[in-house]
Amino acid sequence: MTAILTRPLTEPPTEADVRRALDSVVDPELDEPITDLGFVRSVAVEPAGVTVHLRLPTSFCAPNFAWLMVSDARDAVVALPGAGRVVVELDDHHDSDLINRGLAADAGYRGTFGHEADDSLDELRATFQRKAHTAAMERALTGWLRADPSRTEAAVLDVTLGDLPAGPVTEALRQRRAVLGLSVADTAPVLLAPDGSRPSAQTAALTLRRARSVRISVDGNAHFCRGLLATRYPGAEDDQVPRADAHHPALPLEVLP
Amino acid sequence: MYSKDGEDYFVVDAHIALWDARPENQLNVHGKQFIDCFYDYHRNLSPESEVWPYEEYLYQGGERLMRDVFVDGIVDHAIFQPAALGEFYARGFGQTEEAWALTQAHPDKLTYNHNFDPRNGEAGLDQLRADAERFGLKGVKLYTAEWHGDSRGYKLSDPWTYKYLEVCRELGIKNVHVHKGPTIRPLDRDAFDVADVDHAATDFTDLNFVVEHCGLPRLEDFCWIATQEPNVHAGLAVAMPFIHTRPRYFAQIIGELVYWLGEDRIQFSSDYALWTPKWLVEAFVDFQIPEDMTEYAPLTTAVKKKVLGLNAAKLYDIPVPERLQLPDADETATGPREPGSADLAMAR
Repeated sequence: MTAILTRPLTEPPTEADVRRALDSVVDPELDEPITDLGFVRSVAVEPAGVTVHLRLPTSFCAPNFAWLMVSDARDAVVALPGAGRVVVELDDHHDSDLINRGLAADAGYRGTFGHEADDSLDELRATFQRKAHTAAMERALTGWLRADPSRTEAAVLDVTLGDLPAGPVTEALRQRRAVLGLSVADTAPVLLAPDGSRPSAQTAALTLRRARSVRISVDGNAHFCRGLLATRYPGAEDDQVPRADAHHPALPLEVLP
Repeated sequence: MYSKDGEDYFVVDAHIALWDARPENQLNVHGKQFIDCFYDYHRNLSPESEVWPYEEYLYQGGERLMRDVFVDGIVDHAIFQPAALGEFYARGFGQTEEAWALTQAHPDKLTYNHNFDPRNGEAGLDQLRADAERFGLKGVKLYTAEWHGDSRGYKLSDPWTYKYLEVCRELGIKNVHVHKGPTIRPLDRDAFDVADVDHAATDFTDLNFVVEHCGLPRLEDFCWIATQEPNVHAGLAVAMPFIHTRPRYFAQIIGELVYWLGEDRIQFSSDYALWTPKWLVEAFVDFQIPEDMTEYAPLTTAVKKKVLGLNAAKLYDIPVPERLQLPDADETATGPREPGSADLAMAR
């Protein structure tokens, strides 16, 4: 006991520690860390505690997603040893006052949104974890198809995780499968319907097509949201980590010449 | 009409507005936030030559609207789709009287759609009947994230919305334009989800449901319900300008829509004054799916003609010269335009 009591207090985290902790916070719609997206406006570490300001591409970004990101950010920073008093605030949003008040009071989702909140945001989060998996699955399978023009869309039914080349696309898929509790064994089939079941031979190509529309939504939204953030906050583009091409080899979104 | 390379295109701009977002009309900070959000969309997606100064963006007035929308005679007809936003703007966002006066002055060029809010209850139903008579309504614009007292959204599947849709049916208001926004009750769910449109479209098969932004940011959910409901259409508001800054993304959007919906249920719109139609029409006629996107069929001239005007003209009975008309296409490869057959084609 004595040893514990006399040990020096935990050193406060550095700004880099805080940003690293925030790397774990993901925009559920875009399936990317808020740090890469440029949503972290500022991090201030002082003896009294840590203050983080977040920003979003518009004032009218959906408040439920905004809440998920700011509350996840607060949880991530609070978990840092020696963080002290943690303040996370969302700037310039139509619900900034409501959300920041609720967060400061530790009121939770229902305490913050009152009659607008029925139960929890768990199902919303789960819905977008499924979409993130579907998009990752489509990227992997489209990459597999393009690697050899003789491969057909119907043939994706039998592709297993072990058939995919090592690399960030496959790794991203494995991670998203793990989140959903899906098998990550090499023998596990890659193509799954939205509910996690295995499609039939007749519906394999259509399942892939449907997954493609999900991936297009996720990628398109990510691209647009990044652009809007930079329009709204000039210079924000410097805070954004570009999506590595390796992650999206099939359909880059850049402006055509 | 727009002409290029010997082809003539009848053009309907299916979503325009005459708004007033000037500070004297803003009720609170949300009025400013709302128009600022629009202005960022405008700045982010417009070619440099088409970007307006902020002050001009706040309000255009009728004269300027007629010049902007009908410049060079490209657009044949345009349809007002006003958002009320009564909690943000003292006299509302869409300017009803000014737009209606303009429509009366140019009945061959303009159609006026109005809006309703199911949370206005019985009084709102009476108002809808009065509006239908006054404006000769063929369509309504619904913004499901409209704030209303302590409510910040509603669904098309709400019982009160159904009462309004029944009155629409009775009054011959057959086109329901649905614009999804970020708030809804409860916030537990995704506000952009279009499942409620699916319910309404199933129960009101004699009404057309035009989902604006083609469901973006949930293109996938929209395409799926539109595949199953033959009375669900895609409005291209906000999707169109991606053609300039993000043409590969636009190619994917239009490619997906044609794949899932076919070519007869997609409508062009500029979303004026978010953007202006001239450059969008010119860009769309010149546009082609990039060759490496082999998963999509090339856009034919017929598809472009339908999207740019013929499809919307059909919903609104806008007369189109006989020589410019085109027959409907066959069913899509995905097949199920008839409700009920969809689930057979796709394991859930």
